[in-house]
Amino acid sequence: MTASEGTRPLLEVDNLKVTFSTRRGLVEAVRGVSLSLQPGEMLGLVGESGSGKSVTGFAITHLLDKAGRITGGQIRFKGQDITRAGGADLRSLHGAAMAMIFQNPRAALNPIRIVGQQVADAILAHRRLSRQEALDEALQLLRAVQIRDPERRMSAYPHELSGGMCQRVMIAVAISCNPSLLIADEPTTGLDVTTQKVVMDLLARIATDRGMATILITHDLGLAARYCARVVVMEQGRLVEEAEPLTLFHRPQHPYTRRLVAASPTATSRIEDLVPDGERIPLVEITELPPPPHGTPLLLDVKTIAKRFDDGTLGVADFSMSMRGGESVGLVGESGSGKSTTSRMICRLIDPSEGEILFDGQAIGQIPARDFHRSELRKDIQIVFQDPNDSLNPRYTAFDCIAHPLLRLMNMRAGDALRQRVEECADRVGLPRELLQRFPHQLSGGQKARVGIARAIACRPRLLVLDEPTAALDVSVQAVVLQLLNKLRRQDNLAFLFVSHDLNVVRMMCDRTIVLRTGVIVEQGESRALFANPQTDYTRALVDAVPHIAPPAALATA
Amino acid sequence: MGTIGATLVRAGRRFVSSLPALFGVLVFTFLLMRVLPGDPAVFFASSPNAGQEEIEVIRKQLGLDKPLPNQLAIYLYDVGRGNLGRSMMTGQAVAKDLKERLPASLELTLTALLIALISAVPLGVLAALRPGSLVDHGVRLFCSLGVCVPTFVSGLLLIYVFYYLFGWAPDPTGRIDIFATLPPQRTGFLIIDFLLAGDLEGWWAAARQLMLPALTMALFVIAPLARITRASMLVSLGSDFVRTARSVGLSWWRIVVTYALRNAILPVITIAGIVFSTMLGANVLVEKVFSWPGVASYALDALLVSDYAPVQGFVLLMATIFVIVNLLVDVLYGIADPRATVA
Amino acid sequence: MSTIETSSTLRHTAFVLRGNPVTAVAAGGALLLALIAIFAPWLAPYDPIASEVSVALQPPSAAHWAGTDQLGRDVLSRLIVASRLDLTIAVTAVAVSFALGSVIGALCGYSGGRLDKAVGRFVDVLMAFPLFVLAMAMVAALGNRVENIVIATAIINLPFYIRFARAEVNIRRNLGWVEAARACGESHVAVVLRFLLPNVLPAMAVQMSLNLGWAILNAAGLSFIGLGVKPPTPEWGIMVAEGARFISTGRWWLVAFPGFALMFAVLCFNLLGDGLRDILDPRMRT
Repeated sequence: MTASEGTRPLLEVDNLKVTFSTRRGLVEAVRGVSLSLQPGEMLGLVGESGSGKSVTGFAITHLLDKAGRITGGQIRFKGQDITRAGGADLRSLHGAAMAMIFQNPRAALNPIRIVGQQVADAILAHRRLSRQEALDEALQLLRAVQIRDPERRMSAYPHELSGGMCQRVMIAVAISCNPSLLIADEPTTGLDVTTQKVVMDLLARIATDRGMATILITHDLGLAARYCARVVVMEQGRLVEEAEPLTLFHRPQHPYTRRLVAASPTATSRIEDLVPDGERIPLVEITELPPPPHGTPLLLDVKTIAKRFDDGTLGVADFSMSMRGGESVGLVGESGSGKSTTSRMICRLIDPSEGEILFDGQAIGQIPARDFHRSELRKDIQIVFQDPNDSLNPRYTAFDCIAHPLLRLMNMRAGDALRQRVEECADRVGLPRELLQRFPHQLSGGQKARVGIARAIACRPRLLVLDEPTAALDVSVQAVVLQLLNKLRRQDNLAFLFVSHDLNVVRMMCDRTIVLRTGVIVEQGESRALFANPQTDYTRALVDAVPHIAPPAALATA
Repeated sequence: MGTIGATLVRAGRRFVSSLPALFGVLVFTFLLMRVLPGDPAVFFASSPNAGQEEIEVIRKQLGLDKPLPNQLAIYLYDVGRGNLGRSMMTGQAVAKDLKERLPASLELTLTALLIALISAVPLGVLAALRPGSLVDHGVRLFCSLGVCVPTFVSGLLLIYVFYYLFGWAPDPTGRIDIFATLPPQRTGFLIIDFLLAGDLEGWWAAARQLMLPALTMALFVIAPLARITRASMLVSLGSDFVRTARSVGLSWWRIVVTYALRNAILPVITIAGIVFSTMLGANVLVEKVFSWPGVASYALDALLVSDYAPVQGFVLLMATIFVIVNLLVDVLYGIADPRATVA
Repeated sequence: MSTIETSSTLRHTAFVLRGNPVTAVAAGGALLLALIAIFAPWLAPYDPIASEVSVALQPPSAAHWAGTDQLGRDVLSRLIVASRLDLTIAVTAVAVSFALGSVIGALCGYSGGRLDKAVGRFVDVLMAFPLFVLAMAMVAALGNRVENIVIATAIINLPFYIRFARAEVNIRRNLGWVEAARACGESHVAVVLRFLLPNVLPAMAVQMSLNLGWAILNAAGLSFIGLGVKPPTPEWGIMVAEGARFISTGRWWLVAFPGFALMFAVLCFNLLGDGLRDILDPRMRT
């Protein structure tokens, strides 16, 4: 306990317990977490949703909301017990000694105060300076976090800045009083991959330059591995493993860590590897289909479609692609690239402004989206939506959701036949039958995703459009869902149009990949080749920005 | 600088976009005149039992024999010149009558709004700062009850308590004792004119007379104002940016006032506009209860004796005031919220 | 709706009411009001219109629980009979504006475009009047009758329902499950009427309950100033208006009891509205 001055930890957390009082009684969110942090060290705190990683961070900084309470354990900062600190102690602790960076930077800044003032507020909270001096210093800080044209940005409001810019301002606020501990809670979640990398690089450099110890709270193992010297894994409020990144990836000890490491897609992983042995969904062997007879039309042939919105802006321009039955094509791009618009045009939910879409040789682009529900082909093109939380009608049970397309598109009637068919669909996606009578809010994220998939495959479509189907899911759930999709594709000889921002996922799932940027195709080609050897700067930047889980040295052994 | 310019541009644009609504109001009041029971020509005749011929002549004079669109054009032209017709009840031009009585109504409404805002905002903030406390429960109970009591009932009960039981309030009729000497008219607001004239005794009399009706009207709107203040203050206090402010150790005062309250006040500004409109309506009831010589009681008296020109004038006036108030609210909002100027 | 769902709704309602006694009391109050209105003629101890000058202006007593008015009519009997008229006006008006407003608003919110703009303009014009003044003007224009009070109240409520339904539908129209319904072969109109509207209804029901209270106040206000209902018809607003003449001489019961009746009715509907929000929100079902 009594370590010498030089190695005394900056922060020691000892058997910390946090309890929340909710409508259903007390819930223990953190159940005895112990960790310690040396000055200047960067520690990764990794876990999936509900693991208690953020709550741990908020407990350390005393920012838990009213429902949460520390019910046990001790937090020592520079040797001092701060577990029950309050009032003035807390105020001098906040900002001056420890600061926090939050997820969703735009909401974390006061929307009606110019950012320069907000940085100055933080400075003035702890130091006796004139307002002008504080503003001068705020300008220096904005420069330090590499905001371009900081003099002008000083008087900008948060809504006038991009998400990445807001996060830089947030960093400036946090470091304004040179705290010795920085806690970053999912600092780059929600930002585009390329922005993510820039912000994280900046954060890491500032921490090193100023000798700040940092706790990086994230769901992304790859991110933690890239920037942290030590990684701690949490599951359900408990700390399950602590190790250096390399050790963690190659010799994970705890079964949960093993599952997590396997589920995190890397630059080389295959779908089959995502779930550890024993829990795998057995792969369906691809029976080599006889080559389609000569003259069989392409399943989908999109010819130079474009989408112009009502306000005149061009969402998608000059987009062409084609795919054969059973093929899987990835559509990759950052936010605003037009990938969702494109997928909805192909799915015939919105009308293209120009161009032609041929499905199985039939021109379906001519049928207005408003009338497409009556088309024979409606059941052949189905879609799986991004956020499982809002892709199910809150008033429908899981059964109703899956039965809906069968009733409408297959003209089935309520009865035993329908029940059988719905149950069969549920079985195929691995949804326990007893969950069919539940409403969406009674299902977990993964279960909702399964219902969404079951609904989409219920009519046995030939083309399935997947709009970021796993973006809102935890990695371990994502792994299972990806395997499931892969199995279904092979069983039904389904064609996939897989829309995603996650390059690793697209590489695993798709034969070919198309890279979109601001509505224009930048590059396309066979997935493996495209990612191994990108031809354009943009694709290269995208590929480089993906956090690499396995360090290069390890690749050889993988 | 840029913000103020942008706000003005916004206000201008808003004014232009409120023009169709104003035009709609004009058409509506015109139609009102046409649908209202009774023949306008009969009203303008010299005596209730004027002959058919005389009425026909008047009909021609008034342009009532022309097709509707022409009549509308005539009406618009008249309104444009400030001619709102003539009241049979007072024998004066409606525009003149309204002008004389408007200050009384505005004095009442604005005083009530001031009372309501001064009491509602602190109440809402106090309740939000300690949710679940005694203060919070008290405020919520008051809000629940406040919106349920009709103004005409609370007004009468206030009279019963403060005039009949305690004798604190003066006779609840009118703005001022009819025998009192009035101050020279400058603003038309008695409590301001008395002050300007340096007549403190007169000021006290006017203020006492104003108290009960203003309180009645304020009671009615304190509840929605306090409710929205509490709700938006709660949202503000629970927001990410207040958490940020706490995380860097800003002082309690700065967090509550600069960060939470300034954001929380935005919805209150919007609601205050709506509340003002409700008060314009409630004016009719309160002025009747207290025999307040404002525009609303004028219109009401006219309505009950089937004198319709004052009613139309009143409706038009109310709608115009309402459009102006909305414009003001917009400008205020534009100053308070920088995001508003973007759209 | 299947029987399974109905019974689960009932169970959920019971569960919420148990944990929320205020709502239970408010629901009880609203039910009581409805029963009083239905059985008014049998409940009233005296004829509400028969006057007996010998007992005029008597304070509350054992014979007349709420006192008598200037014509010696029993105030309590008048209060009971008046509940019929007041509730009928409010319920009819709110039902009409709800039915029209929710459908129009939902269609506008979903389609956007020209229809939305046109309706928006119409709503703007309506909202450019102080609503009580608008109601007053309409009753004056249409004729001084009870039906016109209903119509006027319905029209001034309409903009709220249109705006409310429009906003609620607008935030949902791009959600996954709405697009999914289209992918499942539903037309635009079906999506609005069979999918979006039912999801918006809980929030609208809250609005409706709150609006009932408002409609009662509005109708009473109109008759207070002498529009719509004519004496000697018993109606709460008129009773207050008649009693107003005697308040300066201390006859409080003539104003206080009808005033209390109004307040009680409005309070019940308001509290019920707040409670309904909890009951109808399926996300809160456990």
